[in-house]
Amino acid sequence: MSLSKKEIDGLMQLISLTKNEEINCEQCLSSVSEFAELELTGKSPSDALKAVEHHLSICTECHEEYLLLRSVIRKMND
Amino acid sequence: MKRDNELWLTHLKSEGAIQHQALSDLRDTLINSLRGTLWNGALIDDAFLEDAVQDSIIRILERLKQFEGRSQFLTWATSISIRVAISELRRRRWKDVSLDKLISDAGQVPERAIDACPEPDVLKEREAIIKVMYGLIHSSLTEKQKTALLAELKEMPQDEIARHIGSNRNAIYKLTHDARKRLKKGLEAVGYNITDIKAIFAN
Repeated sequence: MSLSKKEIDGLMQLISLTKNEEINCEQCLSSVSEFAELELTGKSPSDALKAVEHHLSICTECHEEYLLLRSVIRKMND
Repeated sequence: MKRDNELWLTHLKSEGAIQHQALSDLRDTLINSLRGTLWNGALIDDAFLEDAVQDSIIRILERLKQFEGRSQFLTWATSISIRVAISELRRRRWKDVSLDKLISDAGQVPERAIDACPEPDVLKEREAIIKVMYGLIHSSLTEKQKTALLAELKEMPQDEIARHIGSNRNAIYKLTHDARKRLKKGLEAVGYNITDIKAIFAN
């Protein structure tokens, strides 16, 4: 097994972000719409939504989906 | 027709023409949202959008009771449709990639994980942490944890990892979360805390 520099850096980043309790992708999906709307108003997330924010910092797929959702909301608001 | 959250739920839960109109309006909104966001003309065409939105509407109706009104209904529905559409695109992109081949690295020349580091002390510490990390990956992770974590580091989507090992995205997240916790605990056990790691791998 060998990991590239990018992969090692990615792993170290993931480990540094790891918490004992994290929500999973399904739990993130159930609240990401609320998080995205709140984030676009510039308000701080509640404790419950901080778990979503943390999940998005770890999970590449949920983060990609979140960015697309944010872009849709922006277009809806225009 | 403009609907607030309550009206969306009422209309989607009703029957006949009212429900039909609400479904048609939801479909049109989701098609437009996905087209505006994902359209690239190559992988995504009208047939793809229609299929993705049909699947999305099924999932939205299945989860209607879970919608608690903490966001706009259409934002919530769009989040589901984005997951459905993107998951299908990821599946198409990765369908011919072998998980075994991806994580085996057989015959590959490893890229140096410590290059471009100007400070000899930092370089030495990075090498030491990486050595501990490799040891921990081999000694403290289960085969499934190791496979899921390595595949994730090599950017295979969790849905695809799940498809290969007969699981689902949530279970893969749990596997890699457990793996990360074990590696973190192992590093801490030999004296590396998170602040050290962040500082040593900062640049």
